[in-house]
Amino acid sequence: MRVGIKLLLVAVAVAVAGVMIGLYVSNLTTLAGSPAYAVPVQNVNGHPVVNLEIQTVAAVGPKLSPNPDWVSYLIRTQDGWQRKTVWDLPANATVHVTIYNFDGASGLRNPYLGRPQGMVGNQILVDGKPTDAVDPNDASHTFAVPALGLILAIPGVADDAKNQCGYAPCPMANAHRTIKFTFRTGAPGHYRWQCFVPCAAGWIFGFGGPMQTIGYMDGFLNVKA
Amino acid sequence: MATEPTAAPPPSDSSNDGVRVVVAWLVLTAIATPLVAIYVGPLIPPGNGSVQAQGQVFSNQVMTSLITPVLCLMVVFFAYGLVKFHAKQREAALDGPPLRNDSRIQILWIVITSTMVLFLAGFGTYELLKDGAGGGQGPNPVALPANHKAAYPIQVIGQQWQFTYRYPRLGGMESNQLMLPENTLVVFHVTSLDAIHSFWAYELGVKADANPGVDNVAYVETKGPMTVHVRCAELCGLWHPYMFDNGYVVPHATFTHWAAHAAALYQSIKGYVNRPTSKGGAPFAYTYLPEPTRRAG
Repeated sequence: MRVGIKLLLVAVAVAVAGVMIGLYVSNLTTLAGSPAYAVPVQNVNGHPVVNLEIQTVAAVGPKLSPNPDWVSYLIRTQDGWQRKTVWDLPANATVHVTIYNFDGASGLRNPYLGRPQGMVGNQILVDGKPTDAVDPNDASHTFAVPALGLILAIPGVADDAKNQCGYAPCPMANAHRTIKFTFRTGAPGHYRWQCFVPCAAGWIFGFGGPMQTIGYMDGFLNVKA
Repeated sequence: MATEPTAAPPPSDSSNDGVRVVVAWLVLTAIATPLVAIYVGPLIPPGNGSVQAQGQVFSNQVMTSLITPVLCLMVVFFAYGLVKFHAKQREAALDGPPLRNDSRIQILWIVITSTMVLFLAGFGTYELLKDGAGGGQGPNPVALPANHKAAYPIQVIGQQWQFTYRYPRLGGMESNQLMLPENTLVVFHVTSLDAIHSFWAYELGVKADANPGVDNVAYVETKGPMTVHVRCAELCGLWHPYMFDNGYVVPHATFTHWAAHAAALYQSIKGYVNRPTSKGGAPFAYTYLPEPTRRAG
């Protein structure tokens, strides 16, 4: 075989391998495990406003996951509660978030993260009460978007609460906590969000499984212009 | 009909080749080394964001300048060999003349390489001890800056997947922002709450591993106001590629203003943080082995 043909074959093989690696990394770091959900946007006086309803559950259940015992976030969509953690949001929008937490407390490894910040007023409403500090021992999960400086701890359901939720999706009749806050999305970007509570039962330090798999306790905000 | 390959011509006088290679090497070195030292060396990261970073740039400048003659020799040698000794079309491949020892060349080779390596070892050691290299030195640093006792302490806490910062001289206040006063010797105490991370403040020339239960100390002397890109430099899980933020070197007045604002924000959680560890708190310490791991297996 002539040298030129050999070189061409090598170049083509390297290019193909490079493209495949690029696609793999791109898929791994962006949408792997969960398709993006375009959250409905309202227009209020020319300003985009989003109402985001999410719930956190101790066990996602067999209807929503092949890993029914994994802890997870769910989002309310037009088709009901879904296990989707990659959300499309408009830039410079006001996002009103309501979190229904049906899970018990695990506690924060870093108690500082019990200080809500990055949302409007650096305050959250817990069951209707304004709160600027969540007892780290009572934290069940956090909702944090580090690149936006947004973090808040979500208090858990009491251990002895009646009518606790088994498998998700959990009806509102089950014991839960309600957390509300508002934040602004700012400039377009691709922001990851995550839970900081080591809440993955059965994994070393509680940080494996659902904590390391997009579509459960982690996701992205695709903030688009 | 195939033709017989012709025999290679007899080897020329190799001493002429040697002289040509040496002359070409000296000329190329005389041109390339100053260019590399003046124009390429200063461009090598991390820049001049701190005294230590500036020292790293200088070290890189010296090393690339020393490497240049070696690189030039290789380039000249290979280029000359390709041009002068390549086989002609249809020329039979014949073995060259036998190689024989030349003790002068062997001694010269050993002396030159040993001198270079020993010089670089001495130079590197001196540079490390002079200002510190910005690297983590463990809990008991050997290379201490002259006024290290006056260094401004900042604790860096890594956790999956964010760095937070505590300021012991501000009552152990914690923040998710890295703010540094300008023209100040800072001592970073780097630790982790879970996996192994690495605190890499690029423009400051600081890189220190964050290990659970370890206080990894790194000194750095800031210069003027600037933005510092902070990254985790140790693969630490799903969000490792997103474990980055910006730090800021700011004038002292700005730092004081920021500290007051951050302290006000911290006030509401302070009581919880300062509780005993057994009650879920984390009073300031150089290392933490936090509970809970309630759900961990």
